[in-house]
Amino acid sequence: MADKNGFFDLSKSTLSRRTALKGIVAGAGLALAPGFVRYSQAQSSAPIKIGFQSHRTGIGAAYGRWYEKTSAAAVKAINDAGGISGRKVELVIEDDGTDPARGAEVVGKFATQHKTDIVFGTLFSHVVIGSAPAAGENKIPYFVVSEGHHVASTKLNRYVFQPGITDVKSQIQSMAPWIAANAGKKVTQIFPDFAFGYDHRDYLPPALKAQGADVIAQIAIPPTESSFTKYFPQIPAETEVIYHVMVGPAVLTFVKELGEFYGSQRPQLFGFIDSLEAVDINSPGLEFLDGSHFWEGSPRYAQPDDSAAQKAYRAAVGIDDNGAAVGDPKDVSTAAHMFGCWETLYVVKKAMEDAGYKGPEDRAKLVEATEALKEFAEGPEHPQGPKTFNGKIHQCFGIQNISKVEGGKLKVVHKTKIEDGLYEPEGDYTTQAL
Amino acid sequence: MHFGPHLLLAALEGLVTSAVLALTALGLSLVFGVMRIVNVAHGEFFMLGAVLAWAISTAISGHPAVGFVAALVIAPLLVGLVAFLAEWLVLRRLNYNPEGTIVATIGMLYIIQQLALTFYGPEARPVEPPLNYRILLPWFGYSGYKLSVIAASAVLLVITWLVLTRTKIGLIMRATQYDRETAQAFGIPVERVYAGVFAIGAMLAAIAAVLIVPISQAHYLMGQDPLLLSFIVVIIGGLGSLRGTVVAAILIGLSDGIVSVFFSPTLAKIIATLVVAMVLVFRPQGLFGTAAR
Repeated sequence: MADKNGFFDLSKSTLSRRTALKGIVAGAGLALAPGFVRYSQAQSSAPIKIGFQSHRTGIGAAYGRWYEKTSAAAVKAINDAGGISGRKVELVIEDDGTDPARGAEVVGKFATQHKTDIVFGTLFSHVVIGSAPAAGENKIPYFVVSEGHHVASTKLNRYVFQPGITDVKSQIQSMAPWIAANAGKKVTQIFPDFAFGYDHRDYLPPALKAQGADVIAQIAIPPTESSFTKYFPQIPAETEVIYHVMVGPAVLTFVKELGEFYGSQRPQLFGFIDSLEAVDINSPGLEFLDGSHFWEGSPRYAQPDDSAAQKAYRAAVGIDDNGAAVGDPKDVSTAAHMFGCWETLYVVKKAMEDAGYKGPEDRAKLVEATEALKEFAEGPEHPQGPKTFNGKIHQCFGIQNISKVEGGKLKVVHKTKIEDGLYEPEGDYTTQAL
Repeated sequence: MHFGPHLLLAALEGLVTSAVLALTALGLSLVFGVMRIVNVAHGEFFMLGAVLAWAISTAISGHPAVGFVAALVIAPLLVGLVAFLAEWLVLRRLNYNPEGTIVATIGMLYIIQQLALTFYGPEARPVEPPLNYRILLPWFGYSGYKLSVIAASAVLLVITWLVLTRTKIGLIMRATQYDRETAQAFGIPVERVYAGVFAIGAMLAAIAAVLIVPISQAHYLMGQDPLLLSFIVVIIGGLGSLRGTVVAAILIGLSDGIVSVFFSPTLAKIIATLVVAMVLVFRPQGLFGTAAR
C-alpha cells in the first residue's frame, strides 16, 4: 500500500509539540466525558456496597465461611427481588483474621479505600469491640451479628447495630427459668476467657438467682486452649448442672474430655450450641452429649413444625435437614447463628429504603432510620421468628430455642417468648451526636 | 477433688504433654544440632502430620485402628518427603546460611499454613482414636488412649536414641554434627546427611502430631504452640542434646500439667518462659548442651 502523503513516515512528520499537546488534551477530554456522564448516574444505579468483615482465618474461620454463604444467599435473594431501592447489592469481603486489631484496620479500609456504604457481618465479640471505635471515627454504620451484649450495653457507639440476632443477656434471662426448673439448681459455668464469655459470667448468676438457683463455680478457659481435662477438677462435686459455652476449634476436645472425665456419672449438661457449631453432633466421642440440652438461635436440624419461610431459607442457603451443606453431610453449618446475617441484611434493606438512602453522604440518615425500626414480622425476611427492635440500644429481641440431643439429632423442646428476654435499657445511643 | 487424685490427674496430663513435646522438640533439636539451622517451620510440619493423618484415616474405611495405623506410617513419610524437597529446593541453595535459613523457614511456615487453609479448610476435624477405652479410676475417668500415647512416645524415643548411638547412620550424623569439614574429609556426603536429618526432624514432629490428633483435632493453626514449646524445651535442654531435650520436655510438660491444674495455665506459660530466661542468663548452652566451639 502506497503512502503517498507520507502519512506514516515519521521522518517527514510535521507534528509540533503544540499540536501534540492539543491532541492529548482533546483525547483526555473525550475519555473523561463518558465517565462524567456515568458518574452522574452513579447515585441511582451503582450497586450498594456492603463491606463484609469476615472471619476467614483465625479461630472464627468455620463461622466466617458459613456467614459468607448465608450472606451471599441473602444478597442473591435481595438482588433477584430488585435489590435495595432498585439498586443491586454487592458484598466486598475482607478477612479480619478473627483479630481485633486487624478488625479495626478492615473497617478503616472499607470506609476509606473500598468506600463501602456500610460494614457488616462480624461475629466474635472481641473483634466487634476492637472494630467499633473505627466505625465511629469513620462514621460508617456497622451492623454486627455477634450475639454479645456489648452493643446493647450502649458502651460502643451510635454507628454500631445488632438487629439480626439477640444478645447473650437476653438469651440467658429467657432461658434461666427453664434451666432452674428442668436441669438443676446448682450450676457450674465453664466459659471462654474473653468478652463473650464474660457476658455469660456476668448475666447468668443474677438470672438464675431470680429463679432460686445458684452458680456455685465459674471456670474461665483461655480461648486458644487445646486441652481441658486439667480444668475439670475445679468443678465442685455437688454440681447438678454444667453450663458450658466454648468457642473455637478445640470444642470437640472439650466435650470428649468431659465425657472421659465423667463417663455416665455426669451432672446435667446445658450448653450453648456455640460449643458445637460447625461440628457434627455424631462425631466420635460426642455420644456423651446424648440427652443433654443446648441453646440454639435457629435450630440446626429441620423441625416438624418448621414454617414455610424457614424451609425456603434453608433451601436458599443450601443446608439439608441435618443442618449440613447440601451434598456434603460432613460440612456442618453454624445454623444457630448464621440466620442473623440473612435477617440483618433485610433490616439494612428496610432501613435504607426508609431513609431514601443514596450514598455515603446519607449514612447519618441510615442510622436514624435504623433506630426508628420497631419490629420485624416472622416471614421470608425473618425466618428465625418475629423480633422487636429497641432503637435506643440498637438491639433486637426474639425467641430462643432449647434443644435436646436425642438419637443423634437436636430436637427443639422449648421455645421462649420475646417478653422473657426483655430487660431495662442500660443507656441510650440516640443521645449521642452523629 | 482431694489432693492425691488431683495431683495424679495433673501428672497424667503433664506426661501426655511431655510425651508429644519430647518427640516434637527432638526433631527440632536434631535439625539444629546437625545442621545448625533454626527451623521456624517445624510447627507446620507438625500441623501437616495431623492434617494428613485426618486425610488418610478418613480415606480408609473399616475399624478406626486400621486408618490410624496407616496414618501413623504414611503421614510422617509424606511430611518427610515435603521436608526433603524443601531442604533441596530452598535450604541447600542458601548454603545453610544461619540468617538466610531463618527467613526461609519463616516463609515455609506461611506457605505450608496457607496451603493447609486452602486445601484442608479452617475447620478443626477429628480423627477417631484407635482404641476407645476409658480407664475408670475411683475419682475420675481417664482416656486409655492418652496413656497409650505416653507409651508410644517412650518407645519411639528409645528407638531414636538407639539409631543415633548404635547404628552407622547415627554415627555419620554425629560425626557431621561434631565437625562438618572433617566429616566431609572422611568421605561423608554431608549434603545428603543434611537432607536426611531435615526430613527425619520433620517426621518426628509429624509422628507426634499423628499421636496427638485423636485427642485434639487437626487444625491449620495447631503448629504454633508446639513450635513455641519446642523452642523452650530445646533452649532449656541444650541445642542438639538428645538427653537434654527429653529431660527438658518432661520437666516442662509436668510443670505445665501440674501448675495449670492447681493454679492457672497462664501461670504455667509464664514459669516456662521465665525458666528459659534464667537458663539463657546462667547457662546459655542449656542444661545438657556443650559450649559452642
